Amino acid sequence: MNQFQYVRATKTQAAIDVVAKDPTATFIAGGTNLVDLMKRGVMTPQKLVDINRLPLAKIERQGNALRVGALALNSAVANDAQVRERHPLLALALNAGASGQLRNMATVGGNMLQRTRCSYFYDLSMPCNKRQPGTGCGALEGINRMHAIFGASDKCIAVHPSDMSVALVALDATVLVSGPKGDRQLPFADLHRLPGDTPEKDTNLLPGELITAVDIPDSPFTKHVHYQKVRERASYAFALVSAAAALDLDGNTIKAARLALGGVAHKPWRLTAAEQALVGQPATEASFRRAAEVAMQGAKAFKHNAYKLKLAPNALVQALKTATAV
Amino acid sequence: MKADYKVRATEPPSSPPITSRIPFLINMATNPGPENPAPHDDSRRTFLKQSSLLTAMALVPGPVVDAAAARLDEHVAEAFEKIPLSLKVNGTKHKLNVEPRTTLLDLLREQLHLTGTKKGCDYGQCGACTVHVDGQRVNSCLSFAVMHEGQEITTIEGLAKGDELHSMQEAFVKHDGFQCGYCTPGQIMSAVACVREGRAGSADEIREYMSGNICRCGAYANIVAAIQDVKTGGQKV
Repeated sequence: MNQFQYVRATKTQAAIDVVAKDPTATFIAGGTNLVDLMKRGVMTPQKLVDINRLPLAKIERQGNALRVGALALNSAVANDAQVRERHPLLALALNAGASGQLRNMATVGGNMLQRTRCSYFYDLSMPCNKRQPGTGCGALEGINRMHAIFGASDKCIAVHPSDMSVALVALDATVLVSGPKGDRQLPFADLHRLPGDTPEKDTNLLPGELITAVDIPDSPFTKHVHYQKVRERASYAFALVSAAAALDLDGNTIKAARLALGGVAHKPWRLTAAEQALVGQPATEASFRRAAEVAMQGAKAFKHNAYKLKLAPNALVQALKTATAV
Repeated sequence: MKADYKVRATEPPSSPPITSRIPFLINMATNPGPENPAPHDDSRRTFLKQSSLLTAMALVPGPVVDAAAARLDEHVAEAFEKIPLSLKVNGTKHKLNVEPRTTLLDLLREQLHLTGTKKGCDYGQCGACTVHVDGQRVNSCLSFAVMHEGQEITTIEGLAKGDELHSMQEAFVKHDGFQCGYCTPGQIMSAVACVREGRAGSADEIREYMSGNICRCGAYANIVAAIQDVKTGGQKV
């Protein structure tokens, strides 16, 4: 592992100042992804700013939203009574990710900012535009069975690995950010980006910006929700495809829907057109199938991941069926 | 680790001499800073206020850089580049000096010689390194030791009370919850946490909440049985 300087911060602004001034510096919280990447030489920060002592771990009501601090542990959020009551989809997604040990380390902010698990990104002997811009994409013509079916570019076809983020994008969350130029908020859907010509950028955060919290607005999606994760073993694996579904029902009629897919794109993939297709429809498998068809418009497979073109709509239908007990 | 022990000059050659540096970690958690003035330490406070480089100095100690600049050998550099760390392991307080790259796992095994905690994959994929930090199970391979200042670590060595095994250890023996034994310390630490977390309600729940611990011998069925035995046995966990 490369040598690095280690700084422990207790003031948010001090931590931001260090990282904003030094492009080789980075924040470290749970470390579950960063330490892994540093051991492999994929990331080589020269300075680590340990933010674990910052007071950003609270989970509390804030107006008509639940504000989850960026340093709240994944396990703490999944077990939080308010989260389970008001946003059960989030708890389901969190518990579908990683392991008991990792959820005790990983933070909410870190979970959002984890890097792709594309094997070409991890393998230093392979080209990767995300790891080393300009070297090409090894996955494009390589073993791309884990890769994107939506929003990819010829520079990068990696997918975002977070389960939690799939729930947060479905729940219309807002990300609170502090940076060298002050505070700002951005819709969760705008946090992550598509690869385009600059896949080295996972997010729209600016240098030195630190996620401090995420606000999840109150919603009627407290009952009919499900997170369907499909993976190659029963637990403790990244998703091949995952589907988040949340419905508000009036009797058997769908009043509102929130849908998103994971494991299919460079960002958690919100399905607004499919949501619209469900509104006013009966909660039946036929309705869910039609919505899933809408959801898959524009999907494009590569050599080894065509299975996702069937798996994704099936996962979505299954999530909707489980959410509504159809 | 030794092989890639290359010291980088992280500051320009014109950096001040050793005597004007701070040869130890500035811990922003405990030292008075501009936002946290200490009334009895005006000179220090003034210095910190004036220093826009507060954090940049924070920490690889100066001598390391000088060692690199002077092309001193790696061994000398290694001796300098350590950060003070206080933590408690199995009830014993330790004041240590730790290289920032040292993981909690390597600290336990290499510096404290607590080799019960195993290094399996070293990438957070197998769970052999599971320990408790402030009562919570974690993968000790995936965090740097310096991130655990002031925390309390429990390893497999800290579970038994003298010759009296912890009930989970006894259950693993009784149910033959292992073959080669390499994953066992991690399995047991995780199993204790699993019960304490209230996630041992059924075989399915145990399997889900123990999925972070891989057993290549495939002793899973007996591990589940051991955990169920402890859960239903009413022993203190």
